[in-house]
Amino acid sequence: MGKTVDLMEYQAKELFAKHGVTTTLGVVVETADEAKAAAEQLGGVTVVKAQVKAGGRGKAGGVKLAKTADEAFEHASNILGMEIKGLTVNRVLVTPATPPVEEYYFSFLLDRSNRSYLCIASVEGGVEIEEVAKTNPDAVRQIPINALEGVTAEKAAFIVDDAKFPAELRDQAIEMVQKLWEVFIEEDATLVEVNPLARLEGDKLEALDGKVSLDENAEFRHEDHASFEIREEADPLESKAKDKGLNYVKLDGEIGIIGNGAGLVMSTLDVVAYAGENHGGVKPANFLDIGGGANAQVMADGLDVILNDPQVKSVFVNVFGGITACDEVANGIVGALGILGDAATKPLVVRLDGNNVEEGRRILNEANHPLVTLVETMDGAADKAAELANA
Amino acid sequence: MAIYLNSDSKIIVQGMTGGMGAKHTTLMVESGANIVGGVNARKAGTTVNLGGKDLPVFADVAQAMKETGANVSVAFVPPAFTKDAAIEAIDAEIPLLVVITEGVPVQDSAEVFAYLDGKSTRMIGPNCPGIISPEQSLAGITPHTIAGAGPIGLVSKSGTLTYQMMHELRDFGFTTAIGIGGDPVIGTTHIDALEAFENDPDTKAIVMIGEIGGDAEERAAAYIKEHVTKPVVGYVAGFTAPEGKTMGHAGAIVSGSSGTAQAKKEALEAAGVKVGKTPSETAELMREILKGLGL
Repeated sequence: MGKTVDLMEYQAKELFAKHGVTTTLGVVVETADEAKAAAEQLGGVTVVKAQVKAGGRGKAGGVKLAKTADEAFEHASNILGMEIKGLTVNRVLVTPATPPVEEYYFSFLLDRSNRSYLCIASVEGGVEIEEVAKTNPDAVRQIPINALEGVTAEKAAFIVDDAKFPAELRDQAIEMVQKLWEVFIEEDATLVEVNPLARLEGDKLEALDGKVSLDENAEFRHEDHASFEIREEADPLESKAKDKGLNYVKLDGEIGIIGNGAGLVMSTLDVVAYAGENHGGVKPANFLDIGGGANAQVMADGLDVILNDPQVKSVFVNVFGGITACDEVANGIVGALGILGDAATKPLVVRLDGNNVEEGRRILNEANHPLVTLVETMDGAADKAAELANA
Repeated sequence: MAIYLNSDSKIIVQGMTGGMGAKHTTLMVESGANIVGGVNARKAGTTVNLGGKDLPVFADVAQAMKETGANVSVAFVPPAFTKDAAIEAIDAEIPLLVVITEGVPVQDSAEVFAYLDGKSTRMIGPNCPGIISPEQSLAGITPHTIAGAGPIGLVSKSGTLTYQMMHELRDFGFTTAIGIGGDPVIGTTHIDALEAFENDPDTKAIVMIGEIGGDAEERAAAYIKEHVTKPVVGYVAGFTAPEGKTMGHAGAIVSGSSGTAQAKKEALEAAGVKVGKTPSETAELMREILKGLGL
């Protein structure tokens, strides 16, 4: 949906609680012993739930009912360390078991296609919502929200009636819809999903699970959102890059990539992968966009991250000088190699084009660094980088 | 001719006195674009010399338009103030608003987009390089030196790929090249630009550049099939991008099968668009088409 920070269930529920959405926070723990203690403290039957940013936790065996504290210990031991969709479970949420009488589905989201917001609501089942959407699409209501008008009490009532919430829950549902909207707008979310939205004994509506995605671009007005970023799960190289303010994504190939502009870097990944087909199947090792200001320090930071990737065998620097002139970029590369000194050990293929390219190439030729090969075209440079990675 | 921007365009800059604003106003003046002033409430009444031209600073967009006859505004204001700047320009009924600012909260963009409904302003962006009609005008940050005027219309989500493609096809040149931006909510879409290029007599063929994420390319493909008679060549970046990894652009995220480069390529090809595997192959496809047209 965009550049977002996806929250775990317990974090989403914290935001729900902050805005008065009925939910049960439970206790987040990182060891089985703590899970047992939490279950004892909560008393009665509990649920032990894996906390990872992935759907399908239940189906993967990451959500278990515990009748006793010992059972909670056992489940937590099994779930902690488990992999769900490639993500390791490092913490579990222990909550009181509140078996739903009925399960509903509810979400607000950014609707890219219509460049606005959408509400999706259904009383025909919570967790199996995707199945319901296929077999009985009319039961999954999609209600557009005007971004300027938002969700008023009137609109909330319309949503609740349109989705056919039971009459005895109508007032509660209207209130919950308004509070979920408050979460969506006030937290600058691109997704607020409650699945299931449960009807409990005694006709009580509660958000049993929650998914929230926050807009990274809005972080400047939400200082508290920084605490939601759990760094331990990030790849160490990605963490290092993030510390240096670099836009880096680790991949699994052998050719380090540095470029300017997300589109050009993505295109570079493709061109390198194609070139790799002729050189033993070598692939890009990363995505790294150094943006417009490709000065020596940014280039050195980027090279530092990439050269620390043990999988990298060659590096392709692909820069189109638009705003940044190629001579600045060339100086950046020479400066970076100077900063790195002996730490720079892998061959660099450089392709420069655009603004002031002649001067940029002259600087690199003059520096005549033994690791640097200058190639004129993007395709040619990709081929050379692939060849060097396969050597 | 060209689309949206031509030699008659009179441009003001919102945020002209800031770092980015001043730097790019200078470059726009140097490119020959007719920059007529800027907006900054705190510096209203002063004059700033940029690129060798004395530019008056006005209190707001409405006043700047009244005093200079401006019909285009380029906004370089910081993300936190972009929504207000856009609404100010829309309220002043500026015909074209180009928002360069990167990092605008998407809810702000959604509000601005809703606000545009029924108004006379066309917005390009946010988070885009803007628009250039070579040898006529420049409203944005695209280097004017890459390519000259010619028969190609270009529309792209990505800034540097716009530059790359202009560079690849500099032997032919462009009527207009627009970077629409890769954010989830943008003012002008591929489809808007395709429609305008179709109606522009000087544009003989169109290059459309997309990237993974969203369904804008698929929708554009459907539009091309129905409404575009001119030849279109496409390029989509992100074939090898792994699923579920965000690659920096707000729009560029792969989720499941929809939004993949492959799906976009197939949709475009089904609409009769030739799609290149790389920027250079795409340029080659365009070259063949133009030669076939006798250009």
